[in-house]
Amino acid sequence: MIAEIGHFALIISLGFAVLLSVLPLYGASQNNPTLMNFARPLSWGMFLLLGLSFCILLWAFYTNDFTLTYVATNSNSLLPWYYRLTAVWGAHEGSLLLWVLIQAAWTVAVATFSRGMPQESVARVLAVMGMITVGFLLFIIMTSNPFLRTLPFFPIDGRDLNPLLQDPGLIIHPPMLYMGYVGFSVAFSFAIASLMTGRLDTAWARWSRPWTTAAWLFLTLGISLGSWWAYYELGWGGWWFWDPVENASFMPWLAGTALMHSLAVTEKRGTFKAWTVLLAISAFSLSLLGTFLVRSGILVSVHAFASDPARGMFILGFLVFVIGGSLLLFALKSASVRVRGNFELFSRENALLANNILLVAALVVVLVGTLLPLVHKQLGLGSVSIGAPFFNMLFTWLMVPFAFLLGIGPLIRWKRDNLSSLMKPMLISGVASLALAGVAVILLAEWFTGLAFLGWVMALWIVFMHGFELYQRATHRHSFAVGVKKLQRSHWAMMLAHVGLAVTVIGIAMVQNYSIERDVRLAPGEHFQIQGYDFYFKGLRDKDGPNYDGYVADFEITLDGNYVNTLHAEKRFYSTAKSMMTEAAIDRGVTRDLYIALGERLDDGDAWAVRIYYKPFVRWIWLGSLFMAFGALVAISDKRYRFRKNKSDSTAAKEA
Amino acid sequence: MNPRRKKRLGLVLALIVGISTAVGLMLYALNQNMDLFYTPTELVYGKPDGSKPHVGQRLRIGGMVVEGSVSRDSKSLLVKFDLADVGPKVTIEYNGILPDLFREGQGIVAQGVLKDATTIEAFEVLAKHDEEYMPPEVAEAMEKVHEPLEYTQEQKQGSSQ
Repeated sequence: MIAEIGHFALIISLGFAVLLSVLPLYGASQNNPTLMNFARPLSWGMFLLLGLSFCILLWAFYTNDFTLTYVATNSNSLLPWYYRLTAVWGAHEGSLLLWVLIQAAWTVAVATFSRGMPQESVARVLAVMGMITVGFLLFIIMTSNPFLRTLPFFPIDGRDLNPLLQDPGLIIHPPMLYMGYVGFSVAFSFAIASLMTGRLDTAWARWSRPWTTAAWLFLTLGISLGSWWAYYELGWGGWWFWDPVENASFMPWLAGTALMHSLAVTEKRGTFKAWTVLLAISAFSLSLLGTFLVRSGILVSVHAFASDPARGMFILGFLVFVIGGSLLLFALKSASVRVRGNFELFSRENALLANNILLVAALVVVLVGTLLPLVHKQLGLGSVSIGAPFFNMLFTWLMVPFAFLLGIGPLIRWKRDNLSSLMKPMLISGVASLALAGVAVILLAEWFTGLAFLGWVMALWIVFMHGFELYQRATHRHSFAVGVKKLQRSHWAMMLAHVGLAVTVIGIAMVQNYSIERDVRLAPGEHFQIQGYDFYFKGLRDKDGPNYDGYVADFEITLDGNYVNTLHAEKRFYSTAKSMMTEAAIDRGVTRDLYIALGERLDDGDAWAVRIYYKPFVRWIWLGSLFMAFGALVAISDKRYRFRKNKSDSTAAKEA
Repeated sequence: MNPRRKKRLGLVLALIVGISTAVGLMLYALNQNMDLFYTPTELVYGKPDGSKPHVGQRLRIGGMVVEGSVSRDSKSLLVKFDLADVGPKVTIEYNGILPDLFREGQGIVAQGVLKDATTIEAFEVLAKHDEEYMPPEVAEAMEKVHEPLEYTQEQKQGSSQ
C-alpha cells in the first residue's frame, strides 16, 4: 500500500511539473502576474511530492519490502541498515529517482533564492527547469518505475546489493555527482530563459554565476570522490581509467569550467555572450549525454548498469529534443545578441578565450575518444577500443599551453595590456620554477623523468605567478599586510582553485611516472622489498562479515628496520551475490601510499598472488580537487552575489 | 594590404595552423592507440573481409575461458589459458593477477599483443563484476555465427531467484 502512495506521488508530481512548465511561461508571455506567481508554489509542490516518493522508497528498503522488484534485486535482509538505505541509488531506477529529486531541489533553491530577480525571469527559468523535470519524470514512470511489485510470488530474500557498492565512498559519490550534473540545468535554464526574451545582459550572467559555480563545486567533489573510491575499492590502485562513464562525468566538468570563466567575461565586460550561452547549453547537454551513455549500455564500461534498449531510446529522444531545441532557439536568437567586443589581442578577454579554446579542445579529445568506438562499430568497421595512452598523451600536450596561460592570465588587464610589463615576473618565475622543479625531482624521485619534471615546472609556474599576482594586487594601494586583508573573496577563490590545479598536476606527474606496481607470489612468512620498504607476509586469518565470508592477510611493513605499519588486506566472498571482492589495504602518507591487495590463492594452497604498489604523491590529486572545490565555495560566498532582500544566496548550494 | 586585413590574415593563418596541428596530433595518437577487437575464430580464420592481425599487433580478444585449460607456473604469476567462442581456440599468456570474477567457462576480454598465430601476450584481462554478464562484444560476435552461446542454467543459479 505504501509503495502505491509513492507511485501515486510520482505521478502527481509529474502533473505539477507539467503545470510548472506551462503556466508561468504563458503568464510571462502574456504579462500576467497571477500566472507567473504560480511558479514558486508549483516548484515546492513538485519537490515535496518527489521527496515523499523518495522517502517511501527509502522506507521500502529499510523494512526489506521484497514485494518491490527493485528492492528484491538490489537489497538483502543481511545487509546492514545504512547500506540498505544507500542501495536506493545502487541501481538504475532509484538513482533516477534521486536524480529527479535533486532536480526538484535545485528548482526549489532557485525559487527561494531569486527574490532579487524580476518576476518574469524567475517564471521563465522555473518553467524551463519544470520542462526538464517533466522529461525525467516521464522517463521514470514509463520505463523505470522503482515501485513495480513482484506480487503475487514475491521472493523471501533479495539478491543483494552489488558488493562493489557496499562502501562508504558510494554513499556520497552518486548524490554529489548528480548534484553537479543536475546543477548545470540551472545555468542551462537561465540561458534558455534569457534566449527566449533575447535579453542577454550582464544581470543574467551575474545571476547564473553562483549557480554555475555551485554545480561545478559538486561535480568536482563527485568526480574526485569517484576517483578516490575506484583507487581503494577496485583493487587495481588506479585513480582514473578513461572509462566511458568517467569520461561522461569529465566532459560536463570541462564544459562547466569553461562556462565559469566565460561567464566572468560576460559579467564584467559584457562580451562573449553567444559563446557563454552555447557553453551553458553544452554543459547540460553533456550531462544528459553522459546519462544516455551510462543507461543505454551501448558503451562497454566497468559501470554495469542494467541496459534496456527502450530506456536508451527514450533518453536519446530526450537528448535530441533538449539539444536540438536549445540549439534551434540559439540559432534563431543569437544573431541579435552578438556584440563586438572592444578589446585588443593581448588582453584578459583573449586570455580567457584561449582558456576556453583549450578546455573545449580537451573536451573534444574526450568526446572523440569516448564516441569513436561507437561510431566505428556502427559504420561496420569492427569493434575497437581506445586506450588510455591516447588521452594521456593529448592531455599532456594540452596541459602545457594551459598551465602557461593559467600563470599569466590573472596578471593581464582587461581590454588591453602590454606584454613587456609582464616580462620581469615571467622571467623570474620561469627560471625559479625550472630550477625548483629540477630540485624537486632530484630530491623526491630515484631517477629523472622528463614528464615528471614538466609537471613540476607547470605546477610551480602557476604557484609563483599567482604568488606574484597576489603580491601585486595587495600592494596596489596599501602595504602588503593591509592589502592582503582587503582582497575580495572571489579573488581568494581564484587563488585556491588555481593553486589546487597545480597541486593536482604535481600529484598526477608523480603518480604517473614514479609508481611502482608489482604483482608477486607470496606465501606467509615471506618478504618482499620495494623502494626500501620491506613487506613481511605475517599470516592469514578468517574474518566473516554479516553477508560475506572473508580472509585477512596481515602484512608488516618496515623501512630500514624501523616499523612502519601493519596492513590488513582482505578478500571477501559475498554468498548471495556470488561474487568475490578485494579490499585493498593502504598505508596513507603525504608523499607516498603503500598499497596491498590480495589476488587469488595459488594452486598449492599456501601462496597468494599479491599486488604491492608504491604510489608517490597520489593523495595530492584529491587534495588539489578539494582546494578547487573549496575555492568554489568561497566564490559563492562572495558578497556580490547576495541580493538585497535575501542575504543567504550562498547557502543555496548547501540546502539544495 | 591594409593593416586590418593583415591582422585578420594572421589570425586566420594562426587558426588554420593551430587546428591542423591539433587534428594531426589527435589522428596520430588515435592511430597509436586504437585496438581492434577479434574473437578467437576471427583470429585464426580472419575477419569476414579476410583481414588477420599480424604478429606484434595490439588487439583485444574476447571469448569464453575453456574449461580445464588454466595452467599456472609454479614459480611466478605467469598463467596460461585457452579462449574460444564456437571455433578454434587460442592461447592467452598473462603475467599478473586475474580479476576476481575470472573462472573457467566465464566470458572475458583480454587486451594484448599477438605473439604468434594463436598466442596472445595479454597485459590486461577483464571480467565483469556481474555473474550473468557476457561482454557485449563477445555475445554479439557469437550471435553472428548463428550459435549464440549462453551460460548454462547451472551457471546462472543463485543469481536469479
